[in-house]
This record gives sequence, C-alpha cells and structure tokens, in this order.
Amino acid sequence: MYPIVLLSVLGIVTLFLGFSKSKNILLPAVLLFLAIALAGNFFEWNKGPLLYFYDMFRVDNLTLAFNGIILASAFMIVAISGGFQDNAEAEPAEYYALMLFSLVGAIMMVGFEHLIMLFLGVEILSVAMYVLTGSNKRNLRSNEAALKYFLMGAFATGIMLFGMTLLYGATGSFELSEIQAYVSTTQQAVPSYILYAGLLLLLIGMLFKVSAAPFHFWTPDVYEGAPTIFTTFMSTIVKTAGFAALYRLLSHSFTGVYGFWWLVIAIIAILTLLVGNIGATTQNSFKRMMAYSGISHAGYLLIALTALSKPTQNAIVFYSLAYSLSTIAAFGVLILVSKEKTFEGQPDERYDAFNGLAKKNPFLAFVVTVSMLSLAGIPLTAGFWGKFFVFSSAADRGIIWVPAIAVLMSVVGIYYYFRVIIASYLKEGDIAEIRVAPFYKVILILATVLTIVFGLAPGLLEGIF
Amino acid sequence: MLTLLLILLPIVAGVITLLVGANLAKQVALVGALAELGLALFVWSQFDPAAGVQFGFKYHWLASAGISFAAGLDGISLVLVLLTAFLTPLIILSTFSHSYRNSAAFYSLILFMSAALVGVFTATDAFLFYLFFEAALIPVYFLAAVWGGENRLKVTFKFFIYTMFGSLFMLVALIYLYYQTPGTHTSEITAFYNLQLSAKSQGFIFWAFFVAFAIKMPLFPFHTWQPDTYTEAPTPATMLLSGIMLKMGVYGLIRLLLPIVPLGLQSYGMLAVVLSVIGIIYGSIIAIQQRDMKRLIAYSSFAHVGLMAAGVFAATTNGLQGAMIQMLAHGINVVGLFFVIDIILSRTKTRSLDQLGGITQVAPQLSVYFLIILLGSVALPLTNGFVGEFLLLSSVFAFNGWLGAIAGLTIILGSVYMLRLFQMSMFGPKSKWVEGFQDLTFSEKAVLLPLVIMVLWIGIYPNTFLSISEPAVNNLLQFVGK
Repeated sequence: MYPIVLLSVLGIVTLFLGFSKSKNILLPAVLLFLAIALAGNFFEWNKGPLLYFYDMFRVDNLTLAFNGIILASAFMIVAISGGFQDNAEAEPAEYYALMLFSLVGAIMMVGFEHLIMLFLGVEILSVAMYVLTGSNKRNLRSNEAALKYFLMGAFATGIMLFGMTLLYGATGSFELSEIQAYVSTTQQAVPSYILYAGLLLLLIGMLFKVSAAPFHFWTPDVYEGAPTIFTTFMSTIVKTAGFAALYRLLSHSFTGVYGFWWLVIAIIAILTLLVGNIGATTQNSFKRMMAYSGISHAGYLLIALTALSKPTQNAIVFYSLAYSLSTIAAFGVLILVSKEKTFEGQPDERYDAFNGLAKKNPFLAFVVTVSMLSLAGIPLTAGFWGKFFVFSSAADRGIIWVPAIAVLMSVVGIYYYFRVIIASYLKEGDIAEIRVAPFYKVILILATVLTIVFGLAPGLLEGIF
Repeated sequence: MLTLLLILLPIVAGVITLLVGANLAKQVALVGALAELGLALFVWSQFDPAAGVQFGFKYHWLASAGISFAAGLDGISLVLVLLTAFLTPLIILSTFSHSYRNSAAFYSLILFMSAALVGVFTATDAFLFYLFFEAALIPVYFLAAVWGGENRLKVTFKFFIYTMFGSLFMLVALIYLYYQTPGTHTSEITAFYNLQLSAKSQGFIFWAFFVAFAIKMPLFPFHTWQPDTYTEAPTPATMLLSGIMLKMGVYGLIRLLLPIVPLGLQSYGMLAVVLSVIGIIYGSIIAIQQRDMKRLIAYSSFAHVGLMAAGVFAATTNGLQGAMIQMLAHGINVVGLFFVIDIILSRTKTRSLDQLGGITQVAPQLSVYFLIILLGSVALPLTNGFVGEFLLLSSVFAFNGWLGAIAGLTIILGSVYMLRLFQMSMFGPKSKWVEGFQDLTFSEKAVLLPLVIMVLWIGIYPNTFLSISEPAVNNLLQFVGK
C-alpha cells in the first residue's frame, strides 16, 4: 500500500522538479524516490494479508514480492537511463513522472482484490506507456509505435471491460473472493455461459497486455519503435505486472472452473511459444529479436499458469525475476552498442552491431553473454531455473505434452540468442572501446551477478511467501 | 569429500591458469591436470569396489524440493574418472608444440571441461547430473568455435544446438520422474531406480533418454554433427570430444536408461540394438571411403561407439563390463590416433591420405607408436581393444545371434580402414610432402609412451580395471531384471 501513496506523491514532486533548471538533481532524486518506495514496500513484509481501500486492494507477501521485482527493475532502468543527458529534446522530468505513475498502475495490478482495481491499474500503466512509447517525438517509428500501441491497447481494454461486465452479470460482484464463492458453488450446480464468456474476454484483454499470441502483433513494432529505455521498461515491468495479475485472477477466482480454461491457456501458451521463437529466428535486428523473445517468454510463463499447481507461484516469481534481470542487462548493453554506429540513419540495432564486441569491450561482451545464456535457459544461470520451475509446475499437474513442445522451442531459442554471443566473440568487427559510466557499470554488474547467483542458488527465494 | 575435491581441483586450476596469463598457462594447466591425476590415483588406492558409492558428499540445494548437490564414486564412476584424469594431462601435453592465441583461456577451458566431465561421472543427483551434462558442452563449444578450422562457426553451432536439443528431452524426463517419487519428492538417481512406472510411461522416458544420449555419443541416425565437428575442432577439443565426452552418452545409458526403464528396454531394446548395429556397419563403410585422416578416425569412433551401445542395450554383465573396458580403451586409442594425425599434420601440412606415404622411412619411432595404438583400435588380441570388443560382441550375440554376427563384421571392417590408413600414410614411396619429416620430439614421446603402456596393460591384464567396475555393474543389473 505504501508504494502506491509514495509513488503518486513523489511522481507529482518529480514533475515540479522539472521546473528547476538544474538537470543534475533529477536523476538522483528519482532514484531516491524509488529506493523509498522499495523500502516502503517491504515495510509490510510478513504483516499481511492486509486489505485496503474498502477491501479492493490486498497486500500479502506475494504482492510484495512482485512489487519488489517491479520496483527494483524500475530502479535499474532509471539508473541506466542516465538522466537523458545526451538527448537535447528529451523532457526527463515528465518521463520520470510518467514512469513513477505507471508503477502505481503496475502495483495496483499486482495487488487487486476487485476487478475495478485491476482495470484502473491496467489503464494507469498502459496510458503512461503509450505516451512514453511515442516520446521520441521527431522519430517516425516512435510515433507509429505509439499510435499502434494506443489503438490496439484501447481496443483490448474495451474487450477486457466487457468481460468484467459479463462477469458482474453472472456473479453479481467484482470482488475476487465473491466470484470465487460463486464459481465454486452456484456455477458447479448451474453452469452459466455468461461467466465463461466474461472470463474469456477478460483473459483476452490481459493476454494482449502480456503480448501472448495471437494478440501479439503490436509487440515487435512497438518494441522496436519505442526508445530502448522504454522498451526495457515495457518488457520487464508490464510483463511482470501482467502475469502477477493473471495469476491472482485465475488462482483466487477461477480454480473452480479450471477444467474450462486450462486448455485455452495451454493452447495459447503453445501458440505464443511458436510465434515468439520462430518469429525471432528470422530477425536481423537485435531489438526486434528481443521483442519476439519477450513473446516467447510470455509463453513459458503461461505454461506455469496452465498448470496452476503448487510450484506455479514460485515459478512465476522466479521466472519474472530472472527474465527482468537478463532483459535489463541485454538492453543496457544494446543502448551502449547501438550508439556507436548508425544503420540507415537510425542507431544500429542489428546483430551486426555486436560484431567483435569482445575485443575491446570484454566486460560488455561478458554481460550480454550471461544475459543471453540466461534467456536461453542454459544451466548455472537464473533463466535455467526459471524454465525448470515452469516445467516442474506443469509436470506436477501431470501435463507433459506442453513442456515437451516448450523444450523444442527453447532449442530454437538457443539459435537466436547464440547469434549475439557468436557476433560478440567470434566475428570480426571494429567497435572502439565504449566508455561506460561507473553507475551504469554497477547496474550491469548487479544484473549479471544476480543472474549467476540465482543460477547457482535457486533456493534463495524459496519459502518466503 | 574426495569427490568434491576431484570436481573442484580442475576448476581452481582453470581459474589460476586464467589468472597467470599466456606465458605460463600451459605449464600451470599441466600441473593442475597432473595434480588431478594424482588425486584420482589416490582415490583409486583408497577405493573398495565392493562397498558401493564412496567418498560421497551431499549439500542441500533446493532443500524443500529434495534436490541436492550430491556426488560420489562407485566402480563405474571411478573407471571413467580415472580415464578423464589420465587423458587430460596428456591432451594438455599434446599441445606443447603448438602456440594457441589467447592460450590462458584455451587451457582454462580444457580444465573446466575436465571438471564438468568428472561432475557428470560422479553426480548421484539427477538434476546435478543434468547440470554437468550441459555444462560440459559450453567449454568445448568455445574451444571448437574460437580455435577451430575454417567452417567452425557453422559446424560448432550445429553441434551445440543438436546436443542441446537432445539433453532438454532428458530434462523433461527427469522432471517427470522427479514428480513420480513418493512423499515430498527427491531427485536422487537411486530413488528413480525404485519407481514402479507403467510400461507406457517407461516407453516415453526410454526415448527421451535415448535421444539425449544417442546424440551425445553419437548413434545412428543422430550422428550428422559428429564428423564435421571432429574435423573442424582444434585437435585438443577433438580429443576431449571423442576421448571423454562421448563416454558421457554411454555412461548415461548405463546409469540412467537401463535401471530406470527396464520395461522400456524390453519393448524397444531390440530397435535400439538394431540402430546401434546399423551405426557400426555404416560408420565402418564410410570410414573406408575417407581420404581425410581426421574424418576417418571420426567415422571409426562412430562405429566403435555403436558397438558399445549395442552391448549396453543387450544388458548383460558381459555387455556392461565390455562397455566399461571399451570406453577406457577407446578413449586411450582415439586420443593417441588424433595425436599422431596432429603430429603428421603439423609436419607435412596435410591430412590427406593421397598426399602422404613413406613416413616409416623417415620416422621409425612414430611408426612404432602409431602401429601399436592402431592395433589396439583394430582389437588385436593382447591389445586393449580386444578385451572390450570380445565382451561386447559376446553380449550382442547372446542377445540375438544374427545381430551379433552382423556386429562382428566390425572386426573385419575395422582392420580394413585402420590398416588402409596405416598403409597409405606410412608405407609406400616417400611422398614429397614427407620431405624433412622429423621423428618424435621428447614431449611427443611423453604423450605417446603412457598411451602405449596403457594399450598393452589393458590388453594383457584387463582385470585391473574390470574388477573395479564389476560389483557396481552387477548391482545395477539387479534393477534391469526387476
């Protein structure tokens, strides 16, 4: 609860800080704000479950863990944004304020106990993201991305809202606990098809937000068009919040009709894996590959949801964490590398931009290698255990064919992730030594070290809920 | 605890090698590998074959899930650990006349590889086994991709994806097995032995394991990555791949496949033996056609491993014991053969049989060493290859007479391609490429002499090694007969 209040107030403060002429104060201030929010978040650790705002918002350790991932990711992303110093047209105060506001939305999505709260969270997060996507005002691709994201996002939100109304019509309530009560009693006796329709429409809206196939079409263009720093924000925070919301929705309200929705999610998971992985193999742009890779990771997370077994909760938390760390590290290196050269008038974001990276920049090459290994799910990285827990949750439910297909797809994943490693280490290139600001370096080291630490000791997070 | 030391020592040596830099890398790596050999010999001296798993350790890893970092040695493990510890210093020593760029990284990767291999052979927890199984891939991938020949990028990439593909199926099978264990679940390999699985699920697991290990070895029809990778990789990496890493596959069959899915073996064992026997004949025939010496050995290795797999799938004491001794013998012979080829290549700049000839006239010492190792590979009595092939063939024969007879052709075909190799390179008129050929240097002899001693030792008194693994093999076979 504290982060919601803190971030709302501090977001407004950030806007006012924009009036000050000194740009140097802004970045430390925002980092401080995020650190305060992070501390405030864990202030309620082990005190829950607590209910706030007329029982519309729930705080328990799971909420706090997801919030922790979201806020820590935001901290790292803000830290590598470097205050937008090198971009004369940027409006850092507004960007940061929007980021802080969008975090409020993300946290509401994580802890909602009432469907209206979910809707508010999704909207607060999405509207901020539409604006940030288009923040590169003079760039055609950024504008196109924002428009595309906005139109399709608005449409998806509409479908989601429609789903909520149908659910209200069927169950008479927006509250998760009352929906659960209805689903496990009346629904069992007299099945209501309005409830099924409502659930499906609500799921479609949510699946759009986490870019699951076949609702993924916006993802590559939006990820590519948005400034890389906001792409990072989108691919980590929106995805974590989206899956936290999906998990809460399904596990708190719809376990009674598991037989109805599990196959739907399973098929969407497989479709997402196919689209994400096969789409990624044909890309020449690293950034577009990361977009498709983001789709494929949504597929893995959906497998955990499909099973909704005992290990699922841990699997989603761990996977989101591993994925966020590696994604931040990968985009962090891309931001530095793509500045070096241009390709067709844009920053060079192709694989070829990484050619010969290891020669002069062994540190950056190592960071990007660890992050690719983790995304590919190679053992001794956090990503491996993420996949392991996901497959475990399916196996716990006795579903084997879904992870079997996922395994095939993760082999495809190795193909495109290794292209980056091969480009950095084994191909010839002429990248000069890239200067990395000390703070930037700390964040990259942090992401890499955590990826390896969680790879060696996946039990660190065990049993905290 | 000694097992943990065996795994950690090469890692520590590898890190030190990386730190001392290019000038001393070779020497430090060699000292590290020799220390590992010394430790392995010490463990052997303390080892009691009848006492089951020894020198074990166990640390909780995911405590609540019953997954632990656990390893230990039984006879089967020890034989392969000895092989790894014996070959690693020789492989390092075999590079002393070369200079590889960025040599600190090169040698540390060899040591990391050796640590991962020891880990595979000693892990008693299924997920730890999987972890090392994958981890072994990464150093050898970089060895081949950075220091390899012209086509290295494409070839090693195929190799990497191919083997990764197989082992992920094993991961799914292991996770499935893990959830079948009673209570709060455990991933100890021995717990998997006692599961009562239906014949249908055993069939699925059989194929998941089969694909994983068949790609690693490789067996027909999963071998297409192998000749290219062996040819393109730098010779030390080829030695690691063929000498030791291939044994991970056979070891996996023995340790996991046979005892966990005996019913699967009953249903599909025949098919697996047939595939293995096809591999023997197919590999031998292609080997006969080869002009490139390295490719020839690659295909011969493919044929040999087919026989090992056939013996293992037959699941008799003879078959498993034969596979154990043949793994030792094959590791020693193939490293020796690749080394001889490397010597010839570095002197004459060619590997093509058409361009060579008459080396006996200029290098008698090399010829003698080459011949002894080659005869070992041909399975002449009193050399190491004979014992293994004899036991393996008798096992396949007991399994099915016709298949045994076909597999027996390996002895004839093997002598054809091996003697052809020797004849075309060493005998005949002296080719112009052979001008100025120097005989063996001291460091080359230091590699070949231990290998030759082992060829003869195992050939004359195999019981030294057979007795290590026998109790463990018999113990394992109890689960196959359940």
